[in-house]
Amino acid sequence: MSEKTAVPFQGTPEQEAQLKEVIAKHRNQPGGLMPTLQEAQGIYGYLPIEVQTIIADGLGKSLSEVYGVATFYSQFSLTPKGKHRISVCLGTACYVKGSDKILEAVEAKLGIKSGECTADGLFSIDSCRCVGACGLAPVMMVDEDVYGKLTAEQVGKILDSYKD
Amino acid sequence: MTIEQLNEIKAKRADIVKVRTIIAEEGEKLAAQTGYRKQVLVCGGTGCTSSGSMKILDALNNELEATGIKDEVLVVRTGCFGLCSLGPIVIVYPEGAFYAQATPEGIKRIVDEHLVKGEVCKDLLYKETVHEDGSIISLYETNFYKKQKRIALRNCGVIDPENIEEYIATEGYQALYKVLDSMTPDQVAQEILDSGLRGRGGAGFPTGRKWMFTKDAPGDVKYVACNADEGDPGAFMDRSILEGDPHAIIEAMTIAAYTVGACQGFVYVRAEYPVAVHRLQVAIDQAREYGLLGKNIFGKGFDFDIEIRLGAGAFVCGEETALLTSIEGNRGEPRPRPPFPAVKGLFGKPTLLNNVETYSNIAQIIRNGAAWYASMGTEKSKGTKVFALGGKITNVGLVEIPMGTTLREIVEEIGGGIPNGKKFKAAQTGGPSGGCIPAQYIDTPIDYESLSALGSMMGSGGLIVMDEDNCMVDVSKFYLDFTVDESCGKCTPCRIGTRKLHQLLTKITDGKGEPKDLETIKDLATHMKSSSLCALGQSAPNPVLSTLQYFGDEYKAHIENKTCPAGVCKNLLSYEIVKDKCVGCGMCARNCPASAINKTDYIAPGKKLPAYEIDTSKCIKCGVCITNCKLKAVIKK
Repeated sequence: MSEKTAVPFQGTPEQEAQLKEVIAKHRNQPGGLMPTLQEAQGIYGYLPIEVQTIIADGLGKSLSEVYGVATFYSQFSLTPKGKHRISVCLGTACYVKGSDKILEAVEAKLGIKSGECTADGLFSIDSCRCVGACGLAPVMMVDEDVYGKLTAEQVGKILDSYKD
Repeated sequence: MTIEQLNEIKAKRADIVKVRTIIAEEGEKLAAQTGYRKQVLVCGGTGCTSSGSMKILDALNNELEATGIKDEVLVVRTGCFGLCSLGPIVIVYPEGAFYAQATPEGIKRIVDEHLVKGEVCKDLLYKETVHEDGSIISLYETNFYKKQKRIALRNCGVIDPENIEEYIATEGYQALYKVLDSMTPDQVAQEILDSGLRGRGGAGFPTGRKWMFTKDAPGDVKYVACNADEGDPGAFMDRSILEGDPHAIIEAMTIAAYTVGACQGFVYVRAEYPVAVHRLQVAIDQAREYGLLGKNIFGKGFDFDIEIRLGAGAFVCGEETALLTSIEGNRGEPRPRPPFPAVKGLFGKPTLLNNVETYSNIAQIIRNGAAWYASMGTEKSKGTKVFALGGKITNVGLVEIPMGTTLREIVEEIGGGIPNGKKFKAAQTGGPSGGCIPAQYIDTPIDYESLSALGSMMGSGGLIVMDEDNCMVDVSKFYLDFTVDESCGKCTPCRIGTRKLHQLLTKITDGKGEPKDLETIKDLATHMKSSSLCALGQSAPNPVLSTLQYFGDEYKAHIENKTCPAGVCKNLLSYEIVKDKCVGCGMCARNCPASAINKTDYIAPGKKLPAYEIDTSKCIKCGVCITNCKLKAVIKK
């Protein structure tokens, strides 16, 4: 397992009750594992092995099958994300307009690499392949906010505005 | 729902929608009859939403409330108009006044001056729509729209996608009625075949033939599916169609289901497209409510329903067998074909799978006839194609052109040319599976055959324009980086081959390339093309091969001279401050994101403050210092 995390699992009984409802809803649906994982990630924010175990038991599948699917798709995360999730678009339209420099500026500013989370848990960085806002390239998203037509020097100020 | 009820809804709403397609005096008269003096269209596509169009919508509604003209003005949130770089976009009818890059302050003026007093705010209009003498020209007369032919996008930016009655007003669901009422499945499949429509997902397989195969496949249970897993980074036409005209897909899938004998449909859509997913779900719910999905549609004894399945970020799931495996809830790995999905697809049953843009043409082919569709385009590529125009081009956005339009018309006329006085270098089509069309082939007519002949492909329709500042070796490395990430790992030629290709390209861009590397690349590419399991691996070498073919000199410069002619590859570059030019203003140091610029003790002759220098060990070569230095004291070597 390459995706390890030092953060212990802190699921609440409420979350588990929600998850059980989701599992019951998809148990008899053909191909129900993907929607279950998607909704489970919505509840917990990520898919730690504890959650995958509950899903495997609930759907009557082996843990290895659940783990196999969870690690296949880039949208599923086995490690927790920061309070603010930064996503720099590395799609073609953004790339030819220099989004790699935006990503480097974010990494330099926060002192972490793409795929990592800052020690204080405030920010995590990911790159993504096209959010479809190619007209605004290069684009970065912080949580649900989209920042378009970016330059590397704007990055610092944008990130500072999330620190409060 | 009966045809009489459908026609009643159409009659009730038709004029309101029609106001948005005609302008000038006729539009004025019609607008007066509809009960709405003015209509304000606000783009609610992802591009404009990202530029803040929802705030514009709120501001507009507040202003209308405040001025007391709310009941006379109809506000419509539409899908994408296509000119994404000008967002947020607001259009006022019946004048057809096209306001670009709207702001809340601008909205106040538009309400006070235009909507209340009837005076168009000319200074806020998109400049291409205002003549030098101050008169307004229609948006459809601008260079951007003039050469376009909107079929797949006909309702995008025109109707409210969350209101089924607006779709019905534009002949929506008439084709479905025609099919259920008076056509046999054979006739429908034949009509689609005769139209010459080919798969718009990239491969270009004749759509009618696919429908016939699935129709003729034995089996009681069949499925239809829609591929909305638009994975090519830089392509966003499928998303825009789902956001702007979702009922067109529902109607087409229902027609397809009747033709092949299916009763359940699935739309597999990227989870990265939340707006599209939402609109499609709203549309499905409305279609059910109106009896256009579900049991006994139009009372003709035909049942059909659609379910949305979300992807989870895997490019390979755009491949048909991988997509179906993913809907089944598994790792989205492709499997060998045959058997093709038409024989053995979803859950082992015969399955018809088409892409969003392909479906968006179906209802219009049924209504207007195969001959109408076949009258557009070239001999072997009929109809139109939507392209997502991106990269170094003035009018970034979505364009739909008849097949056979030349690349020059797209880039120079529709796209408005290359910004900042730079030179066109190449256009990339087909994304990670495609290749480049260099400047010397700019007069190539765009269709399936001519693109393949140039070593590129139609692909799903991403068209990325590159100028002299883009390094072609770097661009191929970018695509290989993508395919290394996205290779599912099932077959060795793709899993290992993409990685080896990427390593070789990295070696070259790092300045460590050797002449024999180019031979190794060609050899490896040949094996990958012939032995990979699916199109992802088979086409992954295309970006390298095509750039190698047309820009071989650039590869050689990296290998033999250890230089990057475009000035992109970092390991072949360094940044330096020319100390005698530096006045010590510190702008570079303040803006450096890596804190790599420090003050020195040296004061240049005639200057008052000490010069700065770059700590190359910390420098990330982002170029911010260059853009910030007014004296051009920072140079790139």
